[in-house]
Amino acid sequence: MSAITHDSHGHHDAHHDHHEESFISKYIFSQDHKMIGKQFLITAVFMGLVAMLLSILFRIQLAWPGESSDFLSLFLGETWAPGGVLKENMYLGLVTIHGTIMVFFLLTGGLSGTFSNLLIPLQLGARDMASGFLNMISYWLFFASSVIMLISLFIETGPAMAGWTIYPPLSALPQAVEGSGLGMTLWLVSMTLFIAGSLIGSLNYIVTVLNLRTTGMSMTRMPLTIWAFFVTAILGVLSFPVLLSAALLLMMDRLAGTSFYLSDIIVGGEMLENHGGSPLLYQHLFWFLGHPEVYIVLLPALGLSSEIISTNSRKPIFGYRAMIGSILAIGFLSFIVWGHHMFVTGMNPFIGSVFVFTTLLIAIPSAVKVFNYLTTLWRGSIVFTPAMLFAIGLVSTFITGGVTGIILADSALDIAIHDTYFVVAHFHIVMGMSAVFGMFGGVYHWFPKMYGRMMNTRLGYAHFWVTLVGAYGVFFPMHFVGLAGAPRRYYDYSVYGEFDTNSYEMIMDLNVIITVFAIIAAVGQVIFLFNFFYSIYRGPKAVQNPWKSNTLEWTTPVEHVHGNWPGALPVVHRWPYDYSKPGSESDFIPQTVPLAEGEEEH
Amino acid sequence: MGSKLVTVVVIVLGVLAISQLVRLYELSSKLRNRREEDITNRDNKLNANLMLTFMFLFYGFFIYLMSTYGWTGRGDAASVHGAETDWLLNLNFVIIIAVFFLTNSLLFIYAWKYVRKPGVKAYFFPHNNKLEMIWTVVPAAVLAVIIILGLKVWGDVTGSSKNDAIQVELFSKQFDWTARYAGKNNKLGKFDYKLTTQENELALLTEATLDSAIRYMEFGKADSTVLGIKLLESKLNNKKTIFIPEDREKMEVDLDRKTRLLRLLYQMKARYDKKNDFLAYDDFIQKDTLHLMVNQEYELTFRAKDVIHSAYFPHLRAQMNTVPGLTTRMKFIPTVTTAEMRERMKNSSFNYVLMCNKICGGAHYKMKMIVVIDTPAKYKAWEKSKTTFKDQFLAAPAPAPAAVTDSTQLATK
Repeated sequence: MSAITHDSHGHHDAHHDHHEESFISKYIFSQDHKMIGKQFLITAVFMGLVAMLLSILFRIQLAWPGESSDFLSLFLGETWAPGGVLKENMYLGLVTIHGTIMVFFLLTGGLSGTFSNLLIPLQLGARDMASGFLNMISYWLFFASSVIMLISLFIETGPAMAGWTIYPPLSALPQAVEGSGLGMTLWLVSMTLFIAGSLIGSLNYIVTVLNLRTTGMSMTRMPLTIWAFFVTAILGVLSFPVLLSAALLLMMDRLAGTSFYLSDIIVGGEMLENHGGSPLLYQHLFWFLGHPEVYIVLLPALGLSSEIISTNSRKPIFGYRAMIGSILAIGFLSFIVWGHHMFVTGMNPFIGSVFVFTTLLIAIPSAVKVFNYLTTLWRGSIVFTPAMLFAIGLVSTFITGGVTGIILADSALDIAIHDTYFVVAHFHIVMGMSAVFGMFGGVYHWFPKMYGRMMNTRLGYAHFWVTLVGAYGVFFPMHFVGLAGAPRRYYDYSVYGEFDTNSYEMIMDLNVIITVFAIIAAVGQVIFLFNFFYSIYRGPKAVQNPWKSNTLEWTTPVEHVHGNWPGALPVVHRWPYDYSKPGSESDFIPQTVPLAEGEEEH
Repeated sequence: MGSKLVTVVVIVLGVLAISQLVRLYELSSKLRNRREEDITNRDNKLNANLMLTFMFLFYGFFIYLMSTYGWTGRGDAASVHGAETDWLLNLNFVIIIAVFFLTNSLLFIYAWKYVRKPGVKAYFFPHNNKLEMIWTVVPAAVLAVIIILGLKVWGDVTGSSKNDAIQVELFSKQFDWTARYAGKNNKLGKFDYKLTTQENELALLTEATLDSAIRYMEFGKADSTVLGIKLLESKLNNKKTIFIPEDREKMEVDLDRKTRLLRLLYQMKARYDKKNDFLAYDDFIQKDTLHLMVNQEYELTFRAKDVIHSAYFPHLRAQMNTVPGLTTRMKFIPTVTTAEMRERMKNSSFNYVLMCNKICGGAHYKMKMIVVIDTPAKYKAWEKSKTTFKDQFLAAPAPAPAAVTDSTQLATK
């Protein structure tokens, strides 16, 4: 039914090509999925920049603890960096907001928000999302939550300071750390809006994928990007509400005097009455979201890179069905592994061993994905577009970050390295590198579709190589800092001088190396920013199908039209990976081309 | 300020320079009629070679880091289970480093080798059941080994301790650790957080501490650092004083809370049997340094006063969170004395340490306790020098209750 109305709607548009939209309805309160995708992208890029800047600020403190820095005083002023030396509390605030923005605003909102919005209708052959209005609301909730999160950086008592996981009681008690006052309230309000937005968005994606596929686009002919977005959206719908309940209970503990997470506490000389609550309850609720969240971040990146690698190897993705299977397996398993974040929290060790088992199972579908990528490259005819470079970088970091996960998932081994820099290295390589590389790859690959112009390729090369070297330079040495036993979230590692001068020297040396690489990598992003914004306005005009790709989005006109296709919707006749198919002249066959006589579908 | 200006100027000039370069590049591309999406063979080849170069640099960096830093700093495990987990960790490292080199090499070599060459078409290879079966089953088999070994060690590490294990409690608060040893009977005394007073920081439960806590709650302290119920009441009832509304509300809330806590204390007192005093009285309390005896099993229990902390012994390969309202536990057997470890590390100033490893507030990074592992003789000598909780608590003068001022008496009349 809805497909029919959409069809007629599209027709209507086709006849009124020059139907004028006001500035507000076109650029601000837009209900067009392509514009909303771009809104998500720009907002997330800005948030990502802020979070990156925060990380440079605290990296300076870690490398040169106690030394005055003009850079710190420029951004933090006398309140938070008196004399150019970062305050202890603000260090925690920076770490907390850096983590929050990167995980939620850049990698959830930015990655899934941008590309699900852009690609789901375009690659499925739909006029728009199932509900353009809800889609718009989803973006504006995201925007409002971003603004509130940023505001929390500027208040008198500082932003939330309990780490991005905001474990109570620390996050519940303003007496314990000043950021747990208004800063934490703003954090919770911001995340509540974020969750609402993400939920509305995810429901929309699911409905669109299930209902608005064009003729011939069966589930098993969908590009892997769509499969990844689809499973990501399901994960989001099932897990984000749990985070919301965790946040609401925390809010009640803070404001209404309840004792969900609080028990037997004396803080700041004050004996609290709360009794019977459990901080572990919060951790269970948080990680019930927190672990699927890792895959909410990662799956879209893997989906994008599947598409990019296949296109630019000029080969079908190897094991299409196994790839779908592994996406589904990862999605399912991600719900029953959350306890591996809690091996040493006081959780029953027997339950811990169940989580060891389920967590290590995830390595199997992950390994399948890696080997399938490798086989896709094998005997390909690789074209190194900037997107392809980032996709290959993603595979490398997915391996490097993935294998250390095997150690962390093994509870007996986790004891000695839990909450050390080894963990920081692990999740930054999978999330900070793999997922971000997926996002960069996506931006370079679909930029022509988003803006109708091309980004500069050679700046893209420079950006990739600086980022790859810089980011590995940051996160690889962290493994060694962690193996030396250095806890994360320490303001100043010179405390090591008091009991172990060997470790002290090593940690201080490596911290300087890490910070130098971090600054290089951060400066490298200027290349991207310049390329991105310059190309939006001045880049050379794109052709309709610049990468000679098979999927449907490249059959739409370069100039965006409302409803995506000016005439009838395209009809799909084959899977999206017919690259270099024997018997065909061209090395790609778009999905809209009917099977030739005697040709077999793959 | 000058340097800030310079920073800004440099950034602006940098952006201008890049934009001019790009403009130049674009004009030249236009002249040569090159489009962005047409990747030249030269660019392709360049990136392919960079892939290979990067791989070698990356491996070089890794090997350099491994040989320079490896296990530096943490050194050998200093506990029985630590030796086991280290062995397992090394085994796991061998496996994952092998996988790391294998798959990364395939990736970068393929990327280098299969770069587009004129006239060579990609090989259409959509799937192959046999291959896919291999790389599902092989990782599964390797993981099965990892899981089985890991769970066996995990069971040993987290199992219960033997009866002769020495009981020690570690009490954590912002931002320090306090240890409580179970004393002669090797049984830790009971506790309740409501019994916390300045003389009884660990809130141990005996008849005397109960009385003292009740006294504190009712009368506070003479210097008014602790406000008792009586003083709060008299202040609030004093008609001659006018409070700022917020202050009055705060005091009322405080009074209500203390009244309820006092009721709970009286209930506790009514139920308490004095015969159990001995459990807590022979305990002894140790700050600053945690003393342990080599080759002796310890059963550690953990408490937190305010927020979550984590008791992390990096050298003993032991860690457990401390949680307000929940008692957590672990066990270990130290195997190397501090003196021996100093020799092994060739570092005469080395000390074992207990660190906080869960974010707990501004001075989180300073929250630590030096750990000394001694020979039995030295340990016993130290143990003898300690005062029991009984002597310590009963010796301390009972605090004088805060005097209730005259005006209050007027008010209550």
